[in-house]
Amino acid sequence: MGFDAEKYRLNSTAGFEKIVLVIGIAGLAISFIGYFVNGDQFFHSYLTAYIFWLTLALGGLFAVMLHHLTGATWSVVLRRIFENIMIVLPVMALLFIPLFFGIHNLYHWSHADAVAHDHLLQQKSPYLNTPFFIIRAIAFLVIWSLFARALYKSSLNQDAGYSENQIPRMRRISAFGMVVFALSVTYASFDWLMSLDAHWYSTIFGAYVFGGSVLGIMALVTLICIWLRGRNTLTEEISTEHYHDLGKLTFAFAIFWAYMAFSQYFLIWYGNIPEETIFYQHRWVGSWKAVSLMIVFGHFVVPFFIMITRAAKRNLSMLGIMVVLLLLMHWVDIFWLVMPNLHHHGAHISWMDVTATVGIGGIFLWVFLKQMRKNPIIPVNDPKLKDSIKFENI
Amino acid sequence: MADKRKKLFLAEYGNPAELINAAEKMRDAGYKEFDCHSPFPIHGMDQAMGLKRSPLGWIVGLSALLGGLGALWLQWWTSSVDYRLIISGKPFFSFQAYVPVTFGGAVLFGAIAAVVGMLILNRLPRLHHPVFNSDRFSRFSDDGFFVSISSDDPKFDAAELSRLFENTGGKNIEVVEY
Repeated sequence: MGFDAEKYRLNSTAGFEKIVLVIGIAGLAISFIGYFVNGDQFFHSYLTAYIFWLTLALGGLFAVMLHHLTGATWSVVLRRIFENIMIVLPVMALLFIPLFFGIHNLYHWSHADAVAHDHLLQQKSPYLNTPFFIIRAIAFLVIWSLFARALYKSSLNQDAGYSENQIPRMRRISAFGMVVFALSVTYASFDWLMSLDAHWYSTIFGAYVFGGSVLGIMALVTLICIWLRGRNTLTEEISTEHYHDLGKLTFAFAIFWAYMAFSQYFLIWYGNIPEETIFYQHRWVGSWKAVSLMIVFGHFVVPFFIMITRAAKRNLSMLGIMVVLLLLMHWVDIFWLVMPNLHHHGAHISWMDVTATVGIGGIFLWVFLKQMRKNPIIPVNDPKLKDSIKFENI
Repeated sequence: MADKRKKLFLAEYGNPAELINAAEKMRDAGYKEFDCHSPFPIHGMDQAMGLKRSPLGWIVGLSALLGGLGALWLQWWTSSVDYRLIISGKPFFSFQAYVPVTFGGAVLFGAIAAVVGMLILNRLPRLHHPVFNSDRFSRFSDDGFFVSISSDDPKFDAAELSRLFENTGGKNIEVVEY
């Protein structure tokens, strides 16, 4: 890739941009054919793929806001990569549109005749009804896009050397944004994932999805850094020390995710109330049991015992294998949340799961690469940049 | 009898760079029982002194593992062997119910091992150290950078050390007896 080490710019992305765009459009086009083959399957596959990529983009927004709020030094050199993922959010908002047409296929509570015979759904209808669902979805997507754009613009102003100091501004946006982020992600996960089974409820569900989202972004950014290094880009600037810290955060959020997952399971197991236990019952039937166990081991136990040592986090091959495993497991986790509502008797992977994930992923990566090429790939005018490059773990 | 008393050599340096340089020379000369004293942590000092990574992480990890297994064993033995009770229709051995205490046991033993292990590895508690016999040394917490080496070191040789200190720019070389 044409990397200009003086200005920290990628002059070209070596054709990757075109490739991922073609793959993205092809993947989406083939998936849309699936709509005419099996509408229910199409929308469930699309939702799985959409949530997988959306949680990564949201993780990017979270990481950038966290960076500004903590005033961190080590992550300055990585900030633009997080920002370029965050700025996919406005495009992700557009990619939500097909789901508006799938409300009926996805959500049992949207069927008026079903609600008429169901006392519980009647009680929930002031919140769970189609118009309010659409309003909330638009509100979440617009809010995330606006925060992402405001932070991105401020960051580019800093690059351009604006006289106004951008750091306090970005910090103010993040302070307000973090509160809005916590609430919107919680309610979005309730709406889009939890209400797939409208009788079931779990108050920790938002934190569970958030945990997976931050784990996903740390794993993805680590993978992108390793990929850039393989193409002789930012080899000096992103050192073993930065990989070590990315590894620590990946490790920490694998534990956080497991903590949330277990807390949810534990209370439901103890309480033993049928409305709640049904969620795990559905995921313990037939081959779903194997998927559940695969998540327990692949999403937590194996990464925990491997990544616990310092050496593993500083070894790029080992770290690379772990983050690929965790990204795959994050997808399986979303699949495990969505699909048991469609396939009640056992896990079933449809070709639409693959094409939708590849399709949305292609568009996601296209936007990301385009942004990587358009702007310097590190915040060149950040006052803490030099310290960030030199940074060492004690 | 003065010869039987242990000695401690002290040399003062002007700045962190000189201290690092002196530490590297000491390391390369093969000294082990020496220490560097500065008012603030200096990056790269561990490598300069040739210190190995502390084994504390492994001590804490193994203790946490043992603590967790111990807590798990205790719960299994009390509720599945010694005093069996059926609680809300669940099996005697319900691993789910044991997870919080197992986790707590691991954290408790890990934390205790961290504190006790840190004290032992740092040779603490220790009420007095011979470096404090030097009046000049009190500046180590203000603007003084010191190297100290004890006569316990197998390579300890007063003449050679004086030469090394002088060559690296050490000033106010002192011998403290204790």
